[in-house]
Amino acid sequence: MGVDNLLMGFQVALTPFNLFVAVVGITLGTIIGVLPGLGGANGVAILLPLTFTMPPTSAIILLTSLYWGALFGGAITSVLFNIPGEPWSVATTFDGYPLARQGLGGQALTAAFTSSFVGALFSIILITFFAPLLAEVALKFGPPEFFAIQLLTFSSFIGLGGGNPLKSLVSILLGFILAAVGLDIVTGQLRLTFGVTDLMKGFDFIIAVIGLFGIGEILLSVEEGLTFRGAATGMNLRVVLDTWKILPRYARTFVRGSFIGFWMGFKPGGATPASFMSYAFAKRFSKHPERFGHGELEGVVAPETAAHAAGVAAMLPMLTLGIPGSPTAAVMLGGLIIWGLQPGPLLFTEKPDFVWGLIASMYTGNVIGVVMVLAFVPFFAAILRIPFAILTPLIVVVCAVGAYAVHSSMIDVWYMLIFGVIGYVFKKLDYPLAPLVLALVLGDLAENALRQSLIMSQGSLVIFVERPIAGAVTAVALFFLLMPVLTPWWRRLRGVPTTAPSTRAGH
Amino acid sequence: MTRTVDLVTAAVLFLLGAVVVADSLRLGAGWGSDGPSSGFFPFWLGTLLVVTAGVLLGQAWRRGVRTAFVSRERLRPVLIVLLPAVALVVLTQFVGLYVASALYLAGYTRGVGAHRWTTVLLISVGIPVVTFVVFELWFLVPMPKGPLEAWLGY
Repeated sequence: MGVDNLLMGFQVALTPFNLFVAVVGITLGTIIGVLPGLGGANGVAILLPLTFTMPPTSAIILLTSLYWGALFGGAITSVLFNIPGEPWSVATTFDGYPLARQGLGGQALTAAFTSSFVGALFSIILITFFAPLLAEVALKFGPPEFFAIQLLTFSSFIGLGGGNPLKSLVSILLGFILAAVGLDIVTGQLRLTFGVTDLMKGFDFIIAVIGLFGIGEILLSVEEGLTFRGAATGMNLRVVLDTWKILPRYARTFVRGSFIGFWMGFKPGGATPASFMSYAFAKRFSKHPERFGHGELEGVVAPETAAHAAGVAAMLPMLTLGIPGSPTAAVMLGGLIIWGLQPGPLLFTEKPDFVWGLIASMYTGNVIGVVMVLAFVPFFAAILRIPFAILTPLIVVVCAVGAYAVHSSMIDVWYMLIFGVIGYVFKKLDYPLAPLVLALVLGDLAENALRQSLIMSQGSLVIFVERPIAGAVTAVALFFLLMPVLTPWWRRLRGVPTTAPSTRAGH
Repeated sequence: MTRTVDLVTAAVLFLLGAVVVADSLRLGAGWGSDGPSSGFFPFWLGTLLVVTAGVLLGQAWRRGVRTAFVSRERLRPVLIVLLPAVALVVLTQFVGLYVASALYLAGYTRGVGAHRWTTVLLISVGIPVVTFVVFELWFLVPMPKGPLEAWLGY
């Protein structure tokens, strides 16, 4: 079954137009990944309005290619500038930047890109085989199962997110509340509008993404007074080939990182812990753990493999269940709805050309991506040498254009500014932003699933426990919810001090 | 102080939760004629938010970090980005996005960056023109326009 479908997908992905779209997406994505304040999620959000007139398959290929590009771009800034563009690139800086300082930047970058490619490829192969199976299982899901999965999604942010679990909860609640503003399509009543006309159409998550991640991130980076003092690229064909000769030595690290990445990645917020976990494992099993942190190539391979395996794996629940695993996947899900597609398991039977075109484009996109970044690293690195006083207003203008384009409405641009300030304050106070965005995207879906479940059960919550699949998922969700309470208690029981060193990821 | 900002944020969230609860009660937070009514889901969201924000208020009160939220010299660069951005949005409302962004880019690159006039002109004219071509002409996504565009016939 899989092979035929995949071949059909390649026929879609390999058309000249779609290949061109992939190249454009990767180029823009890499630039966006390199620029401070523009990451995968808001890059995708800003470009979303441009895809309204494109065929859906080309549109999703553009957006996913942008995402691959942004992932690659993050590695460039981590290695050459010691600036992790995304939280999951933090571990890459540990050994990547020391290598670059020693003049081995080319080696480190080649290792980073190759690892990204291997990790991504591993996840794509798994998606190719598991996605149809999962979609088939998910076809039997009813509202209670979907609500239980939503519960699991959000409780894993609370349980596994790190930081203050209450602040994660607040972010989630805030996202759901913002999603509830406006017309309730079920009853036709207006909620939380207080007679203000502008509130009637509610808050669009795309605006929230552009504000929170775009404007908020710029404000943070200027406050931290980032200066880009980059190491030299030192990249040429010879370095690439020489590094490729060394890399097979780290075969175990590749395999370990890929598995960790995939396993962590299809759960929300998994990419960052996956990269740290993979790094820690590589260090523990290494013969030279003391070299880690001082420029060990394996220390670049491990987190990059895991982060990209995780980044790709986040697409799996988005495709099969209609529940995104990351803010970027959430924006793409929003795109699907705008293009008139119904996200979820039915997509596999109703729009096979779209699904398989997308999966095939993951292969082509990553191949094109790794070749392009290897070839054009100096060009992409040069972007960061553009003075800050030019980059900053440029990013602000791009954000404003993107925010306006969504609904052609000026109020959205104001919302973007407000979300920017909220994002800045929240980030400084350690309120996580990703759960807020996910809740804002999933708000209506979650509420409908809850409503329909309760109608099925005549108002009894037992429905989430007594149906076997829903019950099992709910149980895991409750376990995650209780984790912040259980962990200190468990540690005390074993006599381990409760204050674990917290890793504050990025800015 | 970070503690003050933490307290204020938690208090605002607390109030927001209360507002949500109040509005949900107005709509009916229980069982309607054919299932949960409009206020049902927001009511529980609001209630949870009130409780959580209440606990966070307590946490911030007891063990808030008493260091500066933003030091005075670090606040400057933040405002240098934020205030012109606000100006850009205000200007857009009156003269349209293209002219506003041209003025904003010119003002920022010259005023903050002190770049040469050639660079300033290149960026402040080039970027709006590229945006116009890509959005308005290629992808047919209209941007807010003002008197200049009207005079040019768009």
